Amino acid sequence: MEKNHNVSRRQFLTYALLGTGGFMAAGLIMPMVRFGVDPILQADAEEDMIDVAGVDELTDVPQAFDMEYEQDHGWHVEQVTETVWMFLDGEEVVALSPTCTHLGCTVSWGTDADNPEQFFCPCHFGRFERDGTNVPGTPPTEPLHRYDHDVRDGRVLLGNPSPQV
Amino acid sequence: MLQRIYDWIDDRIDVTPLWRDVADHEVPEHVNPGYHFSAFVYCFGGLTFFTVVIQILSGMFLTMYYVPDIVNAHASVEYLQTDVAFGMIVRGMHHWGASVVIVMVFLHTLRVFFTGSYKKPREINWVVGVLLFFIILGLGFTGYLLPWDMKAYFATQVGLEIAESVPVVGDLISNLLAGGEFIGAQTLTRFFAIHVFFLPGALLGLIAIHFIMIRKQGISGPL
Repeated sequence: MEKNHNVSRRQFLTYALLGTGGFMAAGLIMPMVRFGVDPILQADAEEDMIDVAGVDELTDVPQAFDMEYEQDHGWHVEQVTETVWMFLDGEEVVALSPTCTHLGCTVSWGTDADNPEQFFCPCHFGRFERDGTNVPGTPPTEPLHRYDHDVRDGRVLLGNPSPQV
Repeated sequence: MLQRIYDWIDDRIDVTPLWRDVADHEVPEHVNPGYHFSAFVYCFGGLTFFTVVIQILSGMFLTMYYVPDIVNAHASVEYLQTDVAFGMIVRGMHHWGASVVIVMVFLHTLRVFFTGSYKKPREINWVVGVLLFFIILGLGFTGYLLPWDMKAYFATQVGLEIAESVPVVGDLISNLLAGGEFIGAQTLTRFFAIHVFFLPGALLGLIAIHFIMIRKQGISGPL
């Protein structure tokens, strides 16, 4: 069943014009779109371990430490200071991110008068146990993120926070 | 699939007559290069519009990275030019396109002049065209400062001195443009605002008037 596949002159012209026009339009638009979406295609920055505190400064009670590093904003490099909650669980160093896993506010240790032994988020009253586990019945749905850490020469070095579950 | 989406929309808001009106509008024989090769001179208006569209698009993308602040302006331009993918091309389009627009406007104006198309009843369109020409020169002038390098600084210095040479109100004009008595942070934000909001707004409005008039009056007859 050989069908007639002849393309009419009008159709040929339509294809040719649309093809050429589309090619030219793509040549114009493609660089601009690639330019605009560049941030999402950038490779993530390599993880650097950052020296935050000495192991001897840590206690059983979570304390806030400053984690300082440089953040690259493209044309501007910013010195960032981030808070980390650290304590000793026996011999093990635990470093928790202060970012509430509900909607990203900042939690503090023992600021809720009714629950002095917990992390507390003032935005929507989220609570976390000492090890970062979220208290059921409060807004957060997962435990506080924990920093990758390394102990070298009595100093604690931290990497990126990652989820506990 | 596309046809069905189109039909669904067309059923509801009847878009076919809208684009038919533009796409099937016939131009007279004397402006069709198929009949007279010299009719290519009638392309310059369309080419001007085409390059203006490229300028608007590439400019919109450039503002994703550009900051109009004296501390960061140059650094952000350098960043988008060297570090962002296709930055050199997008900024290049905007940079070279600026010159192309002015060349095209000039050629379009010459064609209109030498074919006598400015005569009655098209005088208003000529006036609007001249205003468009000034707006495009203004866009070129205000855009020149934005990279915040030496060329930008001194080009603006010269421009402001020219404005100052106007009798009586020269100083006022210069201060109004620069946002003060010297070229600084206020000048940069002002030029940025003029370059991306005020002048493009005026440009689009006048282009609409220009196009409506050409559709109403048609292209002037053959020489």
